[in-house]
Amino acid sequence: MMELAPIFTWIHDLLLSLGLGPTWTDLISQIGLAVLVFSLLCIVALFLVWWERKISAHIQQRYGPMMTGWHGVFQTIMDALKLIQKEDIVPAVADRQVFFWAPVIVFTCAFAAYIVIPFGKGLIVSDLNIGILYIIAITTFTIIGLLMAGWGSNNKYALLGGMRSAAQAVSYEVPLVLSIMGVVMVTGSMSMNDIVAAQSGWAGFRWNVIFQPLGFVIYVIAATAEANRTPFDLPEAEQELVAGFNIEYSGMKFAMFFLAEFVNMFTVSAIATTVFLGGWNGPFLPSWIWFLGKTLAMVFLFMLFRWTFPRLRVDQLMEFAWKVLLPLAFVNIIYVGVMSLWLKW
Amino acid sequence: MEAFTFYLFSFLIIVAALAVVTMRNIFHCALFLILCLFSVAGIYVLLHAEFLAAVQVLIYVGAVSILIIFAIMLTSRLAGRDVPMTNEQTFLGGFMSLVLLFTLVYALKETIFRVTAQAPAPQTTLRIGQMLLTDYVLPFELVSVLLLATLIGAIIISRQEGN
Repeated sequence: MMELAPIFTWIHDLLLSLGLGPTWTDLISQIGLAVLVFSLLCIVALFLVWWERKISAHIQQRYGPMMTGWHGVFQTIMDALKLIQKEDIVPAVADRQVFFWAPVIVFTCAFAAYIVIPFGKGLIVSDLNIGILYIIAITTFTIIGLLMAGWGSNNKYALLGGMRSAAQAVSYEVPLVLSIMGVVMVTGSMSMNDIVAAQSGWAGFRWNVIFQPLGFVIYVIAATAEANRTPFDLPEAEQELVAGFNIEYSGMKFAMFFLAEFVNMFTVSAIATTVFLGGWNGPFLPSWIWFLGKTLAMVFLFMLFRWTFPRLRVDQLMEFAWKVLLPLAFVNIIYVGVMSLWLKW
Repeated sequence: MEAFTFYLFSFLIIVAALAVVTMRNIFHCALFLILCLFSVAGIYVLLHAEFLAAVQVLIYVGAVSILIIFAIMLTSRLAGRDVPMTNEQTFLGGFMSLVLLFTLVYALKETIFRVTAQAPAPQTTLRIGQMLLTDYVLPFELVSVLLLATLIGAIIISRQEGN
């Protein structure tokens, strides 16, 4: 049980002492980091798929997967292997190029957000000074990917699913960004490291969730919608759209959509942890364990939502975003502004 | 490395922009427009204007392009069909493009760009925020009022259908 940052520094110094120039050392360590983060997220996504199946099963008084490994832990690995081997079917009337690039874009954007997420003390790939804004910007590409999937499939259900998801994501992005803005106002910086540092100390009573509970609630609701999960999973409402935007996809491409969905859920949970729940701050245990623990707790919350809430109707969904969440987000910003002037937060 | 990145993004911008005006399928045009706007954001990052780059992606990719794609998807006359690229005004359009080209080339050749050897400021976002609310507060407020008026106008126009 220890901090991981010194290990990375040690490896970096080792590469330098081997006689490689600083350029090559940086290049090698960057590629190494990219591979590491990618593999970590793949493992996380595979784990989350299994976890979701287990949670849903226990909520519905079933066991869920039990056959492969202890309580079926290896089930998703087997599923992934099966999907990779499957035939890659492209519909005859599909727009082949668009159909091909859609999952690539969704998959890439899901991983690109992790450049600025602080996994622990000193564990951040690059601390951009626009940190949180970068994540918001890069995740908008996911919407483009979904629209491309819907269009490229040339299937009416896929098209409807893609358009629904785009309309929903655009609407819920506004309260999402505004809820995070409250934290940015207090911190005075958009860098993820600064946001975490501003919440350290006071035995956890400086977490932003304590000062801005309303902002946190708005964020969680809007993030559920952004991640296309129940009660906001209209883009893939089975009863209405069969499967939504990914209906024509099979094999590897379907697996990419599926993994991206779970990586996105982990992303919104990691942002919630960093922005509202004090990031990797915590006593006794190493920082990365605190980060993982808080993030998985958020994921658990999202999974509970999915299996216990009914789905909203399309018109209710839009009304809720524009008539309830958006005014509340403005109230939160005014509250934060008044408090920071009055109490000098 | 910086020069390589610059040429890469410039190449992407030019190719994507050409594709926008030459592709037959209007949905593909919209996608190349996104690539073009994204590459412009890359150039902004190269110029140490990270905030501008993020806003470029957020507004142009996240909002404007999606609106364009929506319009294409909802217009069944355009969907999935090759649209003609020329009409009776080809000559006029070409002439106007040439005039614009010459104006731009002339302007670029005549302008003396101010160059400085100073290192770029590390916290550009902070400076932009301060400038907007001090030196440029009047344009900032005017744009806000204009956008609000547009918003209200759009709501009024779309509500008349329901009544």
